[in-house]
This record gives sequence, C-alpha cells and structure tokens, in this order.
Amino acid sequence: MYVQDVKQGATNDRPKPMAVEDPSRLAAFEARVAADEFIEPKDWMPEAYRKTLVRQISQHAHSEIVGMLPEGNWISRAPSLRRKAILLAKVQDEAGHGLYLYCAAETLGTSRDEMTAALLAGKAKYSTIFNYPTLTWADIGTIGWLVDGAAIMNQVPLQRTSYGPYARAMVRVCKEESFHQRQGYEAVMALAAGTAEQKAMAQDALNRWWWPSLMMFGPPDDQSPNTAQSMRWRIKRDTNDELRQKFVDVTVPQAEAIGLTIPDPDLVWNEEKGGYDFGTPDWDEFFAVVRGEGPVAMERMEARRKAWDDGAWVRDAAMAHAEKQSQRIAA
Amino acid sequence: MDGEFPLWEVFVRAKNGLAHRHVGSIHAADAKMAIDGARDVYTRRMEGVSLWVVPSAQITASDPGDAGKLFEPAADKVYRHPTFYVVPDNIKHI
Repeated sequence: MYVQDVKQGATNDRPKPMAVEDPSRLAAFEARVAADEFIEPKDWMPEAYRKTLVRQISQHAHSEIVGMLPEGNWISRAPSLRRKAILLAKVQDEAGHGLYLYCAAETLGTSRDEMTAALLAGKAKYSTIFNYPTLTWADIGTIGWLVDGAAIMNQVPLQRTSYGPYARAMVRVCKEESFHQRQGYEAVMALAAGTAEQKAMAQDALNRWWWPSLMMFGPPDDQSPNTAQSMRWRIKRDTNDELRQKFVDVTVPQAEAIGLTIPDPDLVWNEEKGGYDFGTPDWDEFFAVVRGEGPVAMERMEARRKAWDDGAWVRDAAMAHAEKQSQRIAA
Repeated sequence: MDGEFPLWEVFVRAKNGLAHRHVGSIHAADAKMAIDGARDVYTRRMEGVSLWVVPSAQITASDPGDAGKLFEPAADKVYRHPTFYVVPDNIKHI
C-alpha cells in the first residue's frame, strides 16, 4: 500500500538545518541527487536525508502491515472460494511488501525491532486509510480498486526515488500491486452488475471510501512543509495535489463505466485544464485521523500489540531451537 | 592439499540503483584479499562500482530435490497475476 509522509510527533520532526555537515560533501551529494543518480547505503548522505528516509520508509512498511487488518477481517467471510483464495494471496502480498520495506529501512542503520517498537508505542504513523472500518464485502473490492489504485499512483514514481534500496523495493511492490487493483475493480464490477441490492452495496462502499482515498495523498501542498525538501532530494517525485488530481482523473471514468456515482457534487470536467475539478476533502477529519482519532485506530493498534505479544513464544522458541541446533553441531 | 584458500562468492553492482549481482567466486585468504582478487578478476572492464564478497561456506542453499515442493505450489495460483482479471477494454489505467 503506501506512505503518506505525515509528520509524526512534535513539529520539530522537520529536517534540521545541515550546517554541521561538511559543505563540500553536502554540495557533492546534492549535485548527485539533482542529476538523478542513485544513493546507495554506503554512500555519504546528510543526516536529515537519512532520518527523513527512515521515517518515510518505516511509515510505508507499517502501512503495509496494518493494512492487512481491514482486509483480513473478510477472509473467512469471502463470498466464494475463488474470492477467498484471491484475498488470501493479496493479504500475503501486503505482508511481503512490509518486509521488503523494513529491510530497505534497515540499510539506513535502524533495526526491525526499533521500528516495530515505535509503531506499537504509537510513535510511528501509518497511512490514515487503515483507520477506517471494512463494513461490507463491497469494501474489500473498493479497497483494491481505490486504495491500491492510489497506492500505485504514489509508488510508481517512487521506483525512481533517489535511495537505491527503496527504489528497488518499489519495483517489486509495483509489480505485485497491479493484481491488487484489478481484483478489486473486478469484484466491484461484479457487484455493480448484480442485483439492485448488490449495486447499492457497491455504491455505499464507494461513498465511504472515496474521500479517505483522496486523503491518502496527504495534506494539500500549501500545508505540506516537507514536500519541497523531499522533492529536491527525489524522495518524493510529485506533490500531493498533483497525485490527487491524477487519481481523480483516471478513477472517475472507471466509476462511470460501471454505473457508480462519485460522491462529490462539485465534481465537474474542466476542459481547459484537461482534468476534473473536485470538492475539498474534510481536512479536519484527516488531521484528526493523523492524530490517532480514526474510527478504528484503537482497534488496529490493539490488534498489532496483541499479535506481537501472542507471537512472543514463537520467536523465543525459534531462537531456542536454533541455539540448540548449533550446540549439537558444535558437540 | 593443505592450506587451500577459502572460497568467496563475488557480487558486483553494475551501477548505483541496481542490486549487487552474483558473478562468480574467488579463492582468497581473507575478506580484504578476496575484494582485491575479485576486483582484478571480475571488474577489469568497468563492470561495476561496488563489490561484495561472502564466504561461500556461509551460504545456505535450498536442496534441488526440494524444488518441487518449494516452488510448484505457485504454478496453480494464476490469480496472483494481474492478467487473470478480465477488465473490459474501455476501462483505462487499471
């Protein structure tokens, strides 16, 4: 799924001035990045670049992991064996995406346990979208279509992000993400072409997920203080508003084609700009969800903490087994 | 033969942005000499910008005899591929 690059903790989380660093190294680094070169783990990099990347990649990883929860909620209730196998495969992919990303972040000198601890302590953020509940089966199709669709829009440009391990993780993720979106759209298509009740269910899911999906791209550009620096460093390749516009432009015709209505009375095609004009998401709601006030935020964190605690004996047993085996070989 | 140099697996990064790729192996007494040797053997024509050497003995490989049970289960899961899903031609960008 995807990263929102929201500030976490206090506002002093913004990249610090880099005056303490060797100006010639810094200039050389900036020039390399500006020339679209890739930075690899052993290359010199400014501390703020490293910190921003750790925050962004770990948020992205946490989003994949927490993102398994809303969909996992429907595995046992999928309407057919086919849909169940597909959903299982998708949730399994999300776990894999989380692992690729945690590994990419570890090349920057943080550890898996540190990142997990930050998530479980509520210090690290993850995408706001996963703090909304999945109430009906139609939500599962809609998530694939909209949420994974938005994720692709964000992640495709990140395949060219300046940090090599992150870019390579994105290549793998994007390759797998296309299945996620298509299976979602296919599921929504089936409902939209079904009984009146099924179609109403698809419309209801679209109504509830549309605005949270638009919020996935993050706050408006004028309220996104990290954007300019991140774009200069090629950690981000498009602004939040640019990506949001692109998403609306490709998604509206997809909804129309299957007879669903985007829940936005202000939505209108603007011939001059060659794109849609659309309403403003409820940014107060967005910032409330960022603060941890999302409808199921508590439930999500409880589920993650429970998984960690319940899994403790498995981790301990695996380590004990490995130790015993190595003693046996040594003996 | 006594005192044979240990074997190291050699990985070369062709350029930044690409992963290190296995290119072969080299015998050397220690890691530093393995890097020097790999540099001479594998990167004489600008093949790369970075080298990794890993003691061959440290690599755990899957058993070829297990290939069936490890990899064949993926064969009947075509639904993991985007082309499994039929989306009409008039739907774009999906």
